Amino acid sequence: MDNNVKRDKNDRVLYIRDLNISFRTGYGVVRAIRGVKLDLFKGETIAIVGESGSGKSVTVKTIMGILDSNGTIDSGSIIFRYKDENGELKETDLVKMSQKQIRYEFCGKRIAMVFQDPMTSLDPTMTIGRQIMEPMIEHYHISKAEAKEKTMSLLEEVGIDNPDKRFKQYPHELSGGMRQRVVIAIALACDPEILICDEPTTALDVTIQAKILELIKELQTKKGISVIYITHDLGVVAKVADYVAVMYAGRIVEKGRIDEVFYDPRHPYTWGLLSSMPDTDTSSDRLFAIPGTPPNLLEKINGDAFAPRNPYALNIDYKEEPQMYDVGGQHRVASWLCDPRAPKVELPVELVEKLEKMKKEAGINE
Amino acid sequence: MEHIDHEFEVNDFEFAHEKGEKLVDKTYAATSYAKDVWNNFKKNKGALIGTVIIVIITFFAIFGPGMNEHTYKRIHPGQECLVPKIPYVEKIGLFDGYHNGVDQYAAQGVPDTYYWFGTDTQGRDIWTRVWSGTQVSLIIAFAAVVIDIVIGMVYGLVSGFYGGKVDSFMQRFAEVINGVPTLVTVTLLGMVLPAGIASIIFALMITGWIGMERIARAQVLKVKEQEYVLASRTLGASRFRLIFSEILPNILGQVIVTSMFSIPNAIFLEAYLSFLGLGVPAPMASLGSLVSDGYRSMTTFPHILIIPVLVMGVLMLSFNLFADGLRDAFDPKMLNK
Amino acid sequence: MSETRKPLLHVENLKQHFKITNKFTTKAVDGISFDIYEGETYGLVGESGSGKSTTGRAIIRLYDPTDGKIIFDGHDITGKMSKEDEKFLRTNMQMIFQDPMACLNPRKKVSQIIAEGLEIHKVCSKEEIDERVGNILDKVGLSREQGTRFPHQFSGGQRQRVGIARALVMNPKLVIADECISALDVSIQAQVVNMMKDLQEELGTTYLFIAHDLSMVKYISDRIGVMHLGHIVETGTTDEIFENPIHPYTKSLLSAIPHPNPIVEKKRKAITYNKDEEGVDYTKGTIHYVDGSSTHYVLATDEEFDKWYKK
Repeated sequence: MDNNVKRDKNDRVLYIRDLNISFRTGYGVVRAIRGVKLDLFKGETIAIVGESGSGKSVTVKTIMGILDSNGTIDSGSIIFRYKDENGELKETDLVKMSQKQIRYEFCGKRIAMVFQDPMTSLDPTMTIGRQIMEPMIEHYHISKAEAKEKTMSLLEEVGIDNPDKRFKQYPHELSGGMRQRVVIAIALACDPEILICDEPTTALDVTIQAKILELIKELQTKKGISVIYITHDLGVVAKVADYVAVMYAGRIVEKGRIDEVFYDPRHPYTWGLLSSMPDTDTSSDRLFAIPGTPPNLLEKINGDAFAPRNPYALNIDYKEEPQMYDVGGQHRVASWLCDPRAPKVELPVELVEKLEKMKKEAGINE
Repeated sequence: MEHIDHEFEVNDFEFAHEKGEKLVDKTYAATSYAKDVWNNFKKNKGALIGTVIIVIITFFAIFGPGMNEHTYKRIHPGQECLVPKIPYVEKIGLFDGYHNGVDQYAAQGVPDTYYWFGTDTQGRDIWTRVWSGTQVSLIIAFAAVVIDIVIGMVYGLVSGFYGGKVDSFMQRFAEVINGVPTLVTVTLLGMVLPAGIASIIFALMITGWIGMERIARAQVLKVKEQEYVLASRTLGASRFRLIFSEILPNILGQVIVTSMFSIPNAIFLEAYLSFLGLGVPAPMASLGSLVSDGYRSMTTFPHILIIPVLVMGVLMLSFNLFADGLRDAFDPKMLNK
Repeated sequence: MSETRKPLLHVENLKQHFKITNKFTTKAVDGISFDIYEGETYGLVGESGSGKSTTGRAIIRLYDPTDGKIIFDGHDITGKMSKEDEKFLRTNMQMIFQDPMACLNPRKKVSQIIAEGLEIHKVCSKEEIDERVGNILDKVGLSREQGTRFPHQFSGGQRQRVGIARALVMNPKLVIADECISALDVSIQAQVVNMMKDLQEELGTTYLFIAHDLSMVKYISDRIGVMHLGHIVETGTTDEIFENPIHPYTKSLLSAIPHPNPIVEKKRKAITYNKDEEGVDYTKGTIHYVDGSSTHYVLATDEEFDKWYKK
């Protein structure tokens, strides 16, 4: 493993800086995203992991220009870098654009999205073929025959057999896995720079899940696109991601290259997530569980939002939110435990065992 | 890296929790359902205005007729078709009893009498007639709600809950009743029953509940398959308990909203029947019969027509706004916004 | 596992068909048999459409089974039940549902929801009901004060605890947990599974644990049945299923579990299984015991069994 891969700044396709988003609700203002900073590089896959309500979906919705109407971007920037038609490099701040503008100029064309449920993201009254051709004709003004040709090759690429027949079929005639393949084909129809996958496999059967993930990975390597995964499943992250960001209560608490985060986790929340993952081949018959429930973001959070659930919480956690500590490589952690003044902590026994085993399986020597 | 402005204390970097301490779940504090509904309702300005107007109109319907010395059926010969004359307001030149440049009241020899809304073609006070007519409309509205809930909801509840053959039979029966045009039923009824409020309510009873029945049935079919109802079934709950304790409270919101929407329809039905001469008998007034009377002298004395039309229009609009607001307030999709 | 133990639940050739139109019938469950012994947890695993939830609902008699026999602790609960059998079933078999948002009546207080079964069957006095509701709230990690709240004032994990409390307050012999953790967040799933295990140890309840993936099932089940398209294709103890899976469908399910180990996981390819491509017909299969084990068997024809076993 090459630990010295530097991510070159010039290869960034998207970078988010200090993003803050809040929602007005009947009960008060919810601060859903608090100071998110994230980079996406060309050809890279990043995964944003978190529980429901952690703000992972809100982040990508903002990129797509589909933020709910009661949400506002309070501050921050989302810079999208792309080559325009003339091959010139352009930088656009998506925050400064209206949602409509984003949707008109980038959505589907340069940034595409695959949603959770393939049944609701397809139009039941349109044939598969038309649904794939439509964005191409819309964005590139190509002829119908050309679009059809491209659709056929796309269908083949996403692993749909008998494309001639499928072209004329309606969504309900296909199985769940096939439908998700069609959704992916639609997303790729305009050769986007960024593909966002919002829990692309949770609505599918487990046996199909792996196939879809493998397909996305294969297409990504072939086309050199950047992918953002939104998921709650660390297994999915392990399979697909190069870089991972763990979100909790609207903040990124730990981020780094996948091996940094998985083999050397530093944040107690990541510890909890990793240890609560069921493991098929340990002999232990008890799962580690993070106590408590995620915080209610309507209430003002003093200090670290995770502190009440954190068995390793320090007194300072209740007063001040921790800064991002650089723990080497690209690994950043927002936890006071990384402060030089903090006491040394012992990882939970279950986790130590698990990490040891994972490293052994992966062939990493310490 | 950002700089933190914070004075660190000695114990800052000590553990806050004891080892092995049990961490308890924090609860989600939220408002009660009724409060949620009220908060949503409050946000809807139209619904609030509607509610206020309904209250005002109801107030006048009850106390309006007693506010002056006239009655709804007293005919004042020689004082026909007087235009509105209201004390104090007359001084600014509005509602001063002048018509075509002549003080009608003085011309009829009653310069000191005030008819706030004027008089009709038979010299009856429109103020008292309009408000007693509104009374009739409101009684019919109330009856419509009761009929909707008693017949419509119960019918839908039973049909939806039992399903199968019972449901098929009850639905076919309702379709047959619904297939006969309301006007035909009412005209036939008019031949059998004496004209009056009772007949109109009876007409409503025959056909008015179909809409509610459909809504209630659809709701029951939806709620019946919810896991909490299944849970009650696995606990061995009786049918009575399932219907009244599990299903009914959860469809009640929809039922109330639907019954509110049926109010304007009932008021309109009454007006429609009166207009055709099938409504309340003279000299009794209803908003419909007033409109019907006024329409004959529309070109010469428009006030006779305009006043009841205004009251009826505003009343129906207010009930619509109110029901609309109520629907949005009950809508679970709105609740979390 | 010894065969001398008396099964708490005996299911024999259970069929549950749904008539969609006059010509078309869905065979959701097509002749399955299994036993659940007292005090154990039996995991029923399969993907959507495999008939696992239908099985659970047929056993607790939310549906009328088309054919087959269900014996629950000596009581025949198939067909028309006698009053006593029905009462026995309703008090001794309970269910935990999938959706924490939909499984609690939003118009009732949590304590009323939990007390419902006790009230219906009038098992004890009013004071005793309050006492039992309070006790069970403690056991599932909620405070007694929270009993006075309404379901929407709780998070998903807490609602699921209420659902579990509702089932366990009756002191049932058998609890059917129908995908009761799949709608919860990962960190909460572990909490709930741990709690269910603790309660089982304390109360000696038997579980039928229905789930769509094998990973969580491993932690809670003693024995596992793998269901596919209305048939149980493989049964065995948890170890047998995980160490020595025979049926290709079981293998594909096992390989579909993603491991949180990036380097390993990136190289791993999942095994696929397509019944039609392999020409497998479940209705032709018979039960084949594996390696002389009395608990581990596969539904297969003789040739299929030989083929799969060698692999």
